[in-house]
Amino acid sequence: MTDAGRHPKIKLHTLSEVKEVKGQVGDFTARILKQARYVDESACTACGECAKACPVVRPDEFNLGLSSRKAIYSPFPQAVPSAYVINADECLGHNPSICAKCVDACDKKCINFHMSDEEIYEKVGSIVVATGLSPYDPTEHDEYGYTRFENVLTSLEFERLINAGGPTQGEVLRPTDRKHPKSVGFIQCVGSRSAHKGKEYCSNICCMNTIKSTLMLKEHYPDVDVKVFYIDIRAFGKGFEDLYRRSRRLGVQYIRGLPGSVSETGDRSLSVSVENTMAGKLETHELDMLVLAVGLLPDPGTQRLQEMLGLQLTPDGFYLEAHPKLQPVDAATRGVFFAGCAESPKDIKESVTQASAAAARAIRLMHKGEIAAEPITSMVIEENCKACGKCAEVCPYNAITVDVKKKIPAMVNTAACAGCGTCAAECPFGAIVMNHFTDEQILSQVDALLAENPREKVLAFACNWCSYAGADYAGVSRLQYPPNVRLIRTMCSGRVDEDHIWEGFRKGAPVVLVSGCHIGDCHYIDANHWTEKRVARVWKKMEKLGIRPERLQLEWISAAEGVRFAEVMRSMEKLRQEVTAEEVERTMEILNTKKQ
Amino acid sequence: MSLQSKTSSPGEDVESIPKIGVFVCHCGANIGKVVDCPKVAEAALGLPGVVVSKDIGYACSEPGQQEIKDLIEEYGLERVVVASCSPRLHEPTFRQMLQSAGLNPFLLEMANLREQCSWVHMSEPDAATEKAMDLVKMSVSRARLLWPLVEEVHPLTKRTLVIGGGVAGIQAALDLAENGYEVVLVERKPSIGGTMAQLDKTFPTMDCSI
Repeated sequence: MTDAGRHPKIKLHTLSEVKEVKGQVGDFTARILKQARYVDESACTACGECAKACPVVRPDEFNLGLSSRKAIYSPFPQAVPSAYVINADECLGHNPSICAKCVDACDKKCINFHMSDEEIYEKVGSIVVATGLSPYDPTEHDEYGYTRFENVLTSLEFERLINAGGPTQGEVLRPTDRKHPKSVGFIQCVGSRSAHKGKEYCSNICCMNTIKSTLMLKEHYPDVDVKVFYIDIRAFGKGFEDLYRRSRRLGVQYIRGLPGSVSETGDRSLSVSVENTMAGKLETHELDMLVLAVGLLPDPGTQRLQEMLGLQLTPDGFYLEAHPKLQPVDAATRGVFFAGCAESPKDIKESVTQASAAAARAIRLMHKGEIAAEPITSMVIEENCKACGKCAEVCPYNAITVDVKKKIPAMVNTAACAGCGTCAAECPFGAIVMNHFTDEQILSQVDALLAENPREKVLAFACNWCSYAGADYAGVSRLQYPPNVRLIRTMCSGRVDEDHIWEGFRKGAPVVLVSGCHIGDCHYIDANHWTEKRVARVWKKMEKLGIRPERLQLEWISAAEGVRFAEVMRSMEKLRQEVTAEEVERTMEILNTKKQ
Repeated sequence: MSLQSKTSSPGEDVESIPKIGVFVCHCGANIGKVVDCPKVAEAALGLPGVVVSKDIGYACSEPGQQEIKDLIEEYGLERVVVASCSPRLHEPTFRQMLQSAGLNPFLLEMANLREQCSWVHMSEPDAATEKAMDLVKMSVSRARLLWPLVEEVHPLTKRTLVIGGGVAGIQAALDLAENGYEVVLVERKPSIGGTMAQLDKTFPTMDCSI
């Protein structure tokens, strides 16, 4: 920690949040909002005189409310930077008639109430997302009585209790009577591995964390009775099984079965009812203290950052890597990497390993000092351009300039163009060519798939980042769906032109699917908004022409939604079966006459 | 605007259909067990422009790639269709292969016979084979219309933004910094350290975490 704080190459912004990221790999600009600390970081020596003077007492969040702090405080003794900080919402203010006691107490004069929040812009070439975790709140597990019984703690609260730097200097004391508990129980999988409460996944670290806690308890208090209620003990890592055995050798009892209920006895101890599935009987255990081994959830800011960077999430809410085995720390967005619990629950060793991997991947990308941009960008055929400005309006990257007044044809800035193809789909004059995804190329695929038995087939357009990846995920998960669907990949659903859809119907497609990233998750900022508008436009036209709009479907399928992809394919097939040969023929007739 | 890419755009040179090679990968049993790969390869031979079509055990393997490269040379191929796994997995591999065979990497087209065919229609081998033939047909028609593209090289800022100052963010920042890269480390709280800072002894070594 201190190494990172004093490293000349590391610029540290605390109390800061990334609010916006613009640009692309090699050339990102991040807007960072830095909250005022009201204490001069470089001058503060963390002497603590200010906090002594402060009259405001608040629960200390670092100790999870097991102790208190002042409105001016140091988060914890080893904090980096070591400067104190004022919580402005709690502080009474600097008007001398109100308070300002800290200002008087500070010899160094580092407290400055005139500091204000700052907006900082940083230019970077790559980004490592290491947003961490948030512990599961066990309130909904009411049977364990976390909110009703004071001697029921979460694993993190217990961690602070047994921590030498914690509120009790490492003495394990019952919150109700501040006495050493003679017996302590641990309940595993709280918020994990459950289809009903919390999450379905295994949180990875709780088994070993509990084993560690039992060892520490036994080390501090050899006579204490320790019981662990569990489903399975997952001690799969290097050296883990040894610790588990050591814990058992020291007399910790492992009881297979999760308690059904917990009640409080007269002396505020806890009575735990459990079905011991090894012994096959119902048991009641009296314990002085109970610890809930809570699972890990993604950080609450995950979704906001995901939208900002155009990333994808798994159904569990963690960031989705580009490939689970071959690119486990890469995001699908080039230049973005994952480290630690942002990607999935993991222990310290794994987090460190992944962080080093992410750093190495970032270095691999940056070391040349230049980057080859994919040439999948759009270009303008000047003679066809009427300078109407539509392309510039729809471009999510402002990569197109056009002078509508002076009728100067559109120009594409290829460095800024990310290649979604929305401009090409929206251009009413066919004046934009999307390299590698030209109209001709896409139409040739439509024609090829509908050349034989078109009525038997489902034509589906899928965007590279979400829906096509979702189809791949269905494959990796071996989810079976009807074999008559034919996918056409475009980089973005925004590329799917009205003409591509009409061509499908004209050539006898009974149904057409357009699929892309969920609104808000678009890999190209918000290009799929234009998809939505365009499809709605086609629906209206279909209605006018007497073609059932239901035959064109729009679905948002994320890269992690393999199950949903398979479901959509099944429903498309059902829809297809409802379309008669006469209906298809009539549509072909309508569209062919219209074309002439 | 990359004008180079316009040089051989369709329409200008429409009479001469480029010479296309099709390579149908078995991926061991992953594709081969469900899809009749030799049949798919044979059917592709009848498509306009296809001058060679073969099934291959593992297209991505060194011998597999060598075989394709040899055939590119032997037949003077101008477009290559690889019918194998998802382009999201091996498109970079095969683009590199084309480049080393002297072809522009964007003259490659892939048909996804694994993730989107054999793996999702495991109990319907006939329908899967039929779909595979369709997917190859679609790829071949598209391949005919591909044109070479040239990558543009842009300058890159040798600097990394690390979002989150927990153990992972700190480690990534230190590794980058020690390698000489500038790092901007952003932490929401007043101190870095994250959850790790709240832990005392940590498994498996049972020592201090800070």
